[in-house]
Amino acid sequence: MIAILDYGSGNLRSAQRAFETSGREVVITSDYEVALNAAGLVVPGVGAFAACMDGLIKVRGDQIVRDRMAAARPTLGICVGMQILFAQGVEHGNHAGVGIWNATVEKLDAPILPHMGWNTVKAGAGSQLFKGIEEESFYFVHSYAVKQAIGAIPTFSHYGEDFLAAIEDGVIAATQFHPEKSGDAGLRLIKNWVQTL
Amino acid sequence: MSLSVRIIPCLDVTDGRVVKGVNFTDLRDAGDPVEMAGLYGCEGADELTFLDISASAAGRETTLDVVRKTAEQVFIPLTVGGGIRTVEDVNQLLRAGADKVSINTAALARPELIAEIADRFGSQVLVLSVDARRARTQSGFEVTTHGGRQSAGVDALAWVEKACALGVGEILLNSMDADGTRAGYDIGMITAVRAVSRVPLIASGGAGTLEDFSAALDAGADALLAASVFHFGIHRIPDVKKYLQGQGYSVRNAQAS
Repeated sequence: MIAILDYGSGNLRSAQRAFETSGREVVITSDYEVALNAAGLVVPGVGAFAACMDGLIKVRGDQIVRDRMAAARPTLGICVGMQILFAQGVEHGNHAGVGIWNATVEKLDAPILPHMGWNTVKAGAGSQLFKGIEEESFYFVHSYAVKQAIGAIPTFSHYGEDFLAAIEDGVIAATQFHPEKSGDAGLRLIKNWVQTL
Repeated sequence: MSLSVRIIPCLDVTDGRVVKGVNFTDLRDAGDPVEMAGLYGCEGADELTFLDISASAAGRETTLDVVRKTAEQVFIPLTVGGGIRTVEDVNQLLRAGADKVSINTAALARPELIAEIADRFGSQVLVLSVDARRARTQSGFEVTTHGGRQSAGVDALAWVEKACALGVGEILLNSMDADGTRAGYDIGMITAVRAVSRVPLIASGGAGTLEDFSAALDAGADALLAASVFHFGIHRIPDVKKYLQGQGYSVRNAQAS
């Protein structure tokens, strides 16, 4: 069973349907035990870094992510759900994140923001997530990102400058783009992630 | 790696039905917005826009239902506009599964609405829809209401600058002079709005030939919205993408069926 963590970040039904195309049962939950014990946990996220982090803490999401790591259970962060896994974000002031990775989420240096639309990536060597979809485009909506290589398999994209589009790091993975909004390529990425569970 | 230009078909919806005539022979029900959305998704649309022109509260309820069904079946971004007056209207649409909302008249009447929506949901959900036409205002462009029939008494460029400062995440620029003419986008207007804004710009109104699409991009548009040329099958999305690719623009899925 796959759990999508519900911590007040808008509509999750569309994400639920997208993950269900993998053939797995998918539940939307804010329950600690359910989220902790699911075969895979998805941490979505829209809106500002601090607001997301506040919502996450309210459902003990930070603890859930850490406890799942300790138990070697896979977790996938999406968009701001990726960003809050870092140590710090600078959107509307400095805010602490969950701190899985020691890096800061910074504003992209580009003339037009947000970075909105479909962009390609340079899949990291040995990537499971991008298997068979290395040349595809994915849907991004963000103004902030991490700009350094982080984790075992970092995947970069480019908008104004290079930034981290995805991370695969043991049991924890994350995408800056929205696989659930990235058409067939996104559904394939979801399937690839589900196959690692 | 580069960001692709976006091609966005727009569907006018009222009481749960697509209004403008749609000329697709391979559709079981050409009036069903969910099916139309799915078809455009398969053709390679990069986003979808629903413009809700329902006059009644019941019609708006039905639109929420259409948004819900579409978001559960078509996995590309969905923008919904039309009749949005309050933060709660936005909340309902986002909860139904819209990724973005576009606001127009209500923001003109009360610009603070922009900041209220952006503060609660983030700028990335908020598209400012500007219905503009050429006029003797300071910039030469003015904002209109009532489908371009009335002047809003506001200079278009001044309005765009103000709205950006208040927190819109994207601008949908509709040329009311060009709308429905298929005589080309208003290139001068796109150039002027591009020069005063730092958020993505969607050009709308006037798409006719394939050259029209690339001209709008040359002028600085990031995305192209069109309705009738797609609905009437004058151009299909893959053809537009192939053409733009040939012109050196980055597109997604030019080979889609």
